[in-house]
Amino acid sequence: MSMFWTIWISVITLGSIIGCFFLLRWCLKNFAGVEEGKSMGHQFDGIEEVNNPLPKWWTILFYVTIVFGLVYLALYPGLGSYKGLWDWKSSNQNIQSMEESRQARQDAMESGDYVQYDVELAKAAERFDPIFEAFAKVPVEELAFDEDAVKIGRRLFLQNCSQCHGSDARGQNGGFPNLTDDDWLYGGSGAKIKETLINGRQAAMPAWLDAMGEQGIEEVVAYVLSLSGRKVDQQLADKGEARFAVCAACHGPDGKGNQALGAPNLTDNIWLYGGSKRAVTETLTYGRNGVMPSFKQTLGEDKIHVVAAYVYSLSHQPE
Amino acid sequence: MSDISQAQPTYNYKVVRQFTVMTIVWGIIGMGLGVFIAAQLFAPALNFDLPWLTFSRLRPLHTNAVIFAFGGSALFATSYYVVQRTSQVRLFSDKLAAFTFWGWQAVIVAAIITLPLGMTSSKEYAELEWPIDILIALVWIAYCINFFGTIVIRKVSHIYVANWFYGAFILTVMILHIGNSMAIPVSFTKSYSLYAGAVDAMMQWWYGHNAVGFFLTAGFLGMMYYFVPKQAGRPVYSYRLSIVHFWALISLYIWAGPHHLHYTALPDWTQSLGMVMSIILFVPSWGGMINGIMTLSGAWHKLRTDPVLRFLVVSLTFYGMSTFEGPMMAIKTVNALSHYTDWTIGHVHSGALGWVAMISIGSVYHLIPHLFGQRAMYSTRLVNVHFWLATIGVVLYIVAMWFSGVLQGLMWRAVNADGTLTYSFVESLEASKPYYVVRFIGGCFVVAGMLVMAYNAYRTIKAPKGSIAADPATQPA
Repeated sequence: MSMFWTIWISVITLGSIIGCFFLLRWCLKNFAGVEEGKSMGHQFDGIEEVNNPLPKWWTILFYVTIVFGLVYLALYPGLGSYKGLWDWKSSNQNIQSMEESRQARQDAMESGDYVQYDVELAKAAERFDPIFEAFAKVPVEELAFDEDAVKIGRRLFLQNCSQCHGSDARGQNGGFPNLTDDDWLYGGSGAKIKETLINGRQAAMPAWLDAMGEQGIEEVVAYVLSLSGRKVDQQLADKGEARFAVCAACHGPDGKGNQALGAPNLTDNIWLYGGSKRAVTETLTYGRNGVMPSFKQTLGEDKIHVVAAYVYSLSHQPE
Repeated sequence: MSDISQAQPTYNYKVVRQFTVMTIVWGIIGMGLGVFIAAQLFAPALNFDLPWLTFSRLRPLHTNAVIFAFGGSALFATSYYVVQRTSQVRLFSDKLAAFTFWGWQAVIVAAIITLPLGMTSSKEYAELEWPIDILIALVWIAYCINFFGTIVIRKVSHIYVANWFYGAFILTVMILHIGNSMAIPVSFTKSYSLYAGAVDAMMQWWYGHNAVGFFLTAGFLGMMYYFVPKQAGRPVYSYRLSIVHFWALISLYIWAGPHHLHYTALPDWTQSLGMVMSIILFVPSWGGMINGIMTLSGAWHKLRTDPVLRFLVVSLTFYGMSTFEGPMMAIKTVNALSHYTDWTIGHVHSGALGWVAMISIGSVYHLIPHLFGQRAMYSTRLVNVHFWLATIGVVLYIVAMWFSGVLQGLMWRAVNADGTLTYSFVESLEASKPYYVVRFIGGCFVVAGMLVMAYNAYRTIKAPKGSIAADPATQPA
């Protein structure tokens, strides 16, 4: 902030507060030319005004708030670029990215600046990080049977994941997979679940309308539905099977999917975007773009490890 | 009230009558909408899966209808009435007055059509799209000219304190509306704000908080300064207090907006200024309450018999309560608990239902007999029924939101020994559910009161002129 703006802000801020002070002083004096407690002598539609003094307790309150305001503005940032006597900052306010944030935190710590957000984060890290570090040493598959870890993982899940996957982790239609059925798009090992959480996933089912035409899509839909044992027009399905070669590139020749690509198994009657004829037609016509965001920045790897244990536990209940 | 018979045929009461009647009509519609969306919060199926009945579209319609349609009509009606009577002169222009009435009604009808259709600028309390914004600006400029024109041609030497407040309200709202609504249209029904990011947020709350400060406070203080002394038949307590609290109020309010943006991307220095000014603002706000309540000294006994005066005095009590609560919530440490919770909703409604609605209702009960040639309302008993319905409704509403808000604030910040949050959002929502039901019941009381008022007003207006006798108990000495 330039000097001009700092002066501008300071002048009008302090001017307003000090202006209020002088206004109060002025009105404490009887300038009205009428004895106190008597009518001012003018009448408005029958309403008169009395020249009563200001209530004393109210006047004192006014002084107190003015003093509070001035003291606060001396201690804390308020008057433009003036930093305040306590040199307090809520956060590093000019950063644009997580990298800059980390750097700024480092710099502030080295120079001894007080940045409230950083200080609170550091305190939390000191208290809580050891808990998660200890959990991170246990493999996900084993941690999934540790009651405490699963409880914590569940709470983290409710805060961070339930918005899409639901409070019960059963997902919802529209591309949010059920996490309890042991049917995995990218693999269900502890390592794979962690990979999904750390890096996120970007699924891309292409749109086939231009390449196949409406007729072609109808045929492929019939074939795809037949894969999970649905009743279809066999003639259509046969034609669809011939066209399925392009689909097989990702979903495999038998339609059982490919976890390396996140291509779903089409034979198990589990549908990410709905299994009605209409929904599958829509998927083929317009394509789908599923996004699982990365939680690396928000949670960090150790917490992700615990969330992964919870997710793993959902489909691996103890007997 | 005896001056009704004096020879004063020159006042323009037509526009006052129009706005007074519409105050009641919009009050019922706006508050009714509020009750409906309050029910949606515990019974979401009530949106019937229709986009135009969803909470997100009806909530802005509710706020626009109660603030600008109900509150706005009450301010137009009373300011036109008060400025004429305290200046002893007819309105500057009858044509401009008619334009403000029909223009303002057109704005509200446009809101009722466009907001449920999902057309919105998405700025809180300023959702209407640019063509309607332009109409609002035109109406407001006409209002400005008409009000200040009347002040200029007044027949009395001084300007009465009520008119200072009305004047500050009219002038500042014009600046706020035009400043905040600056946008670049991309089509007839869509525009984008001229401001971006934190600047846009600051502009919105500079407008938003001063909509509270000047529309919902200064304007209604103008109302208070006429109708309280008039109904009580007592002089205004302190002329000097009115000077200091007027100038301090209008100079401090304009700063308070940033307290809506504590702990956001708004720079620290701006947040500090918003908080400091909000705290100092507490004192001049109470100056208004003191001046109103002390005006009753020597007339307290009238409260026993006059329900209209009761409305006015209870409104001042709620005003005092909200203007204590507001600065307290502006303190950053308190705000850390209260922000984004139902506490804020409760605070707004203690101001909106307790202060704004009650002072308006009291003033309208005072106005209707004067405007329609009667000596009293059709039924003083029904005014009293309305008073109790409104009071019970407001108290239920505010208390429910306090409980719910503080509960939410505490649940959201509760942390386990492992550093994870104790409650998920949906758990806090479940905890709030019973309070949402209580809030809905409170709202029903308020709307029921408004329906009683509509009936009473209808009977008063329809009765043959002069046929309703003055209630001796409520007459000023």
